[in-house]
Amino acid sequence: MNALILSAVWGVVMMFSGILLKQRSAIRNFALVGLVLVLSANILEMSGTVFFHIDTKGMLVFDRFSLLAGTIIFASTLLYLIVSSKEIERVGIHYADYLALIFFILCGISLVVSFKSLLLLFLGIELITIPLYILTGSDKKNLKSNEASLKYFLLGAFSTSLMLMGIALIYGVTGSFMSLSVGVVKGEPSVLLIAGMILLLFSMAFKASVAPFHFWAPDAYDGAPTVFTSFMATVVKAASFLAFIRLFEDAFGSLQKQWQLWMAIFTAATLFIGNITAIFQQSVKKMLIYSSISQAGFMMLAIYAMNSDAKEGLIMYIAAYCLATIGLFAVLAKMSDYTFEGFNGFAKNHPLLAATMTIFLLSLAGIPLTAGFISKFYMLKAAVNTQHNLWLVIFAVVMAAVSIFYYFRLIQAMYFREGTVPKLQTTPAFRVTLVLLAAAVILLGIFPNLLLYWLYF
Amino acid sequence: MIPVLFIVIPLVSGLALFFFKNEKPARSFALFSSLISLVISILGLTAFSSGQHLQFAVTWLGFLGSSFSVKVDGMGQVLCLLTAVSYPLIFIATWKNQYRKANNYFALMLLTQAGLMGVFVAMDALLFYFFWELAVIPMYFLCSQWGGEKRIQATIKFFIYTFLGSVLMLVGIIYLYSKTPEHSFSIEAFYKLGKTLSYETQEWVFWLFFFAFAVKMPIFPFHTWQPDLYEQSGSSITMVLSGVMVKMGVFACLRWLLPVVSIASYRWGDVVTSMAVIGILYASLIALKQDDLKRMVAYSSIAHIGLMGATIFSETYVGFQGVMIQMFNHCINIIGMWIVVDMIEKKCGTRKISELGGLAQRAPSLAIFAMVIGLANVALPLTNAFIGEFMMFNGIFSSSVTQYNIVFTVLAGIGIILAAIYILNMIRKVFFGDLKNSTARATDTGWSENFVLSVIVILILWMGVYPDSLLQLTKEISETILSNSDITSLLTKH
Repeated sequence: MNALILSAVWGVVMMFSGILLKQRSAIRNFALVGLVLVLSANILEMSGTVFFHIDTKGMLVFDRFSLLAGTIIFASTLLYLIVSSKEIERVGIHYADYLALIFFILCGISLVVSFKSLLLLFLGIELITIPLYILTGSDKKNLKSNEASLKYFLLGAFSTSLMLMGIALIYGVTGSFMSLSVGVVKGEPSVLLIAGMILLLFSMAFKASVAPFHFWAPDAYDGAPTVFTSFMATVVKAASFLAFIRLFEDAFGSLQKQWQLWMAIFTAATLFIGNITAIFQQSVKKMLIYSSISQAGFMMLAIYAMNSDAKEGLIMYIAAYCLATIGLFAVLAKMSDYTFEGFNGFAKNHPLLAATMTIFLLSLAGIPLTAGFISKFYMLKAAVNTQHNLWLVIFAVVMAAVSIFYYFRLIQAMYFREGTVPKLQTTPAFRVTLVLLAAAVILLGIFPNLLLYWLYF
Repeated sequence: MIPVLFIVIPLVSGLALFFFKNEKPARSFALFSSLISLVISILGLTAFSSGQHLQFAVTWLGFLGSSFSVKVDGMGQVLCLLTAVSYPLIFIATWKNQYRKANNYFALMLLTQAGLMGVFVAMDALLFYFFWELAVIPMYFLCSQWGGEKRIQATIKFFIYTFLGSVLMLVGIIYLYSKTPEHSFSIEAFYKLGKTLSYETQEWVFWLFFFAFAVKMPIFPFHTWQPDLYEQSGSSITMVLSGVMVKMGVFACLRWLLPVVSIASYRWGDVVTSMAVIGILYASLIALKQDDLKRMVAYSSIAHIGLMGATIFSETYVGFQGVMIQMFNHCINIIGMWIVVDMIEKKCGTRKISELGGLAQRAPSLAIFAMVIGLANVALPLTNAFIGEFMMFNGIFSSSVTQYNIVFTVLAGIGIILAAIYILNMIRKVFFGDLKNSTARATDTGWSENFVLSVIVILILWMGVYPDSLLQLTKEISETILSNSDITSLLTKH
């Protein structure tokens, strides 16, 4: 509750800060302070200090899972802002507004990680996506950005309407918006309920860019300014998955037989399309975009399995994925040439950046001693523990092997190929944060307890 | 503590080497570190060979049921010894080679050593997987940075191949783990579980594991990465790859495959042995036709490893003992072979057999060393490989788990004959006959090469005359593996 209210309030204040504060650095620091406050308020809530006691009639429940998820999200956003606030400045003149929108998104995220009522899920999802439409189109003079924004808006609105329809159908069966009430319905599930569930499944798959509902993602991500692509592909995607797993665990946990095969097929399709398409990309940005789809495929394994391993694993996965991808995008946003060839000889001029990027890529590929490995391990463990559909697990690891090809292509370009890269302007804060991100990736890879401990104690 | 030192010394010195500036100190430091590992492994065999020195366990990832549990048993002794012996040999033999960014090169070499040692001592499946992967990562960077023209492609092929193998193995490990009653990754739990698994599940797990091991060995038809990579990578890297790294596959079959899924190993034994035997013949025939020395040695290595693969699945005591000693011998012989090839290339500027000739006139001592090592590769009596291969053939022939002993023995035996043909042919063409342009100005071996090659020749003869020194070590573990993978008692139960 702390973070929810604080981020909403800070977002509003942030909007006016553009008028009051003339210096851009002042605006940036103001946003960073706000984010640190939100993060620490959330951490305080984990240890039992709640600032705002508001009776939500059980529509919002801040349990261990949602608080830990929130902490990861806020911490990722903080790191994201530190490494890319300079690039946000370059997008356009409404600097304070972009930052305000990010705070609104965070507010939406705290709703979707803690909802118990389908209406609040809807509200949260809208709070996340509407600011995102604006951020996607924030590069106003760029036609690609405009097109991406429009596409994203149309398809996003469409999927949101599917979600509303689904919620309405479920309300028709249960007479309540509470997600737990679905499990109470006795006997064979009615057609109405199944239809509602399928509609919700489709719309959540849309939001999480799960194949075959992923088509908007490459266009929207590619058209958006790279700094915002980073935010969309990491924090927002993570939030969609948290909402996804919460919805299906609370509301449809009892109907697992009905949707498990759907999930299996979606998982396989997402892994296949994400990985195979990523191989053929010539631009690192597009590669990372498709890699975000293929990573979504791995996260889908958690929703497919839906057991205690899956929840732990999803937390771990989100942390690992956000840390690595934010780091990669932060460097990418500073580059002028996004092609793989543009990275030729990168390690020679920027040994530190290249080393950290290598760690991020190894983590995304799932190499042991990185957080990426532990998280993939959890996903596989969760899926194996369901004791059926072993083919899906094998398919997933085959696709993980395929992903080596495109992740290592960047390593090859940076280290083994000759070329010259113009010197990038990096501040000490940027370099320190990248090293911190890399250290966190390794640390979580060796001691995953550091994170998962908070889920229980 | 000994197994921990095996891992920690190369790991720490490897990481430290990244911060070295100059080539000279980096080189000396790497050699120093590898010598310390060698001393420790010898101490582990002699002064500290009692149980408590050879194992170590501490909780790690406790909530997953995994622990940092390492132990050196007889098989571990042999493999750690061969890793520890081969590194100083390799460093000294390539002492004069120049490398770009030498500190990184030596750092990665030592990190690979840490990974290899870890694989050989890990007693926990997850830990084993960690090291299995960690040995390959520095290798990837080594092969991609130092080597021939097409090294990047060859390396990524190798890496994707082995990575696919290892993630499939990971699925197998997780599957077994989910079946263990106490949810543990420890090797004892896996062995115990293996006795109760139904045949159908064993079959799944068998192929998930075996793919990883077969790629690493490599066994036909999973070998396609190997000749390209050996040809393209730098000579010292190839020595590590072929001398030590391929033993990971052989070793893993003995430790993690046979005792865990023994019924499936028995059922698929004939198929695997057939693959291995086909590989022996196929690789030997290709080796006959190779003009490039490196490719010839690469293919001959496939044939030698194929024989080990065939023996493992014959499941006899004498065969296991043969594999144990042959793992060591093959490492020594192939490193010797690579050193000879590397020197020929450096002295004559070419690896093409057709462009070489009469080298013995210019480099007599190299010719003598090459002859001894070549004969060891052919498994002539009094050389080390004779002992190993004789025991392995004996194992295949006397095996009770297959009906095709004679066929397998005869076909694999043809491989030995072919080996004699291509090795002796190579020696005749390269060292004897008339001098050619490339060999006219060649010089003889220097002190470092002489030293290394003498050590190798001494080891070859020592193992050839007195193999008992190693066989004593592995006696117990061979019996344990055999009793753990004994299927006759299991078959009556199921």
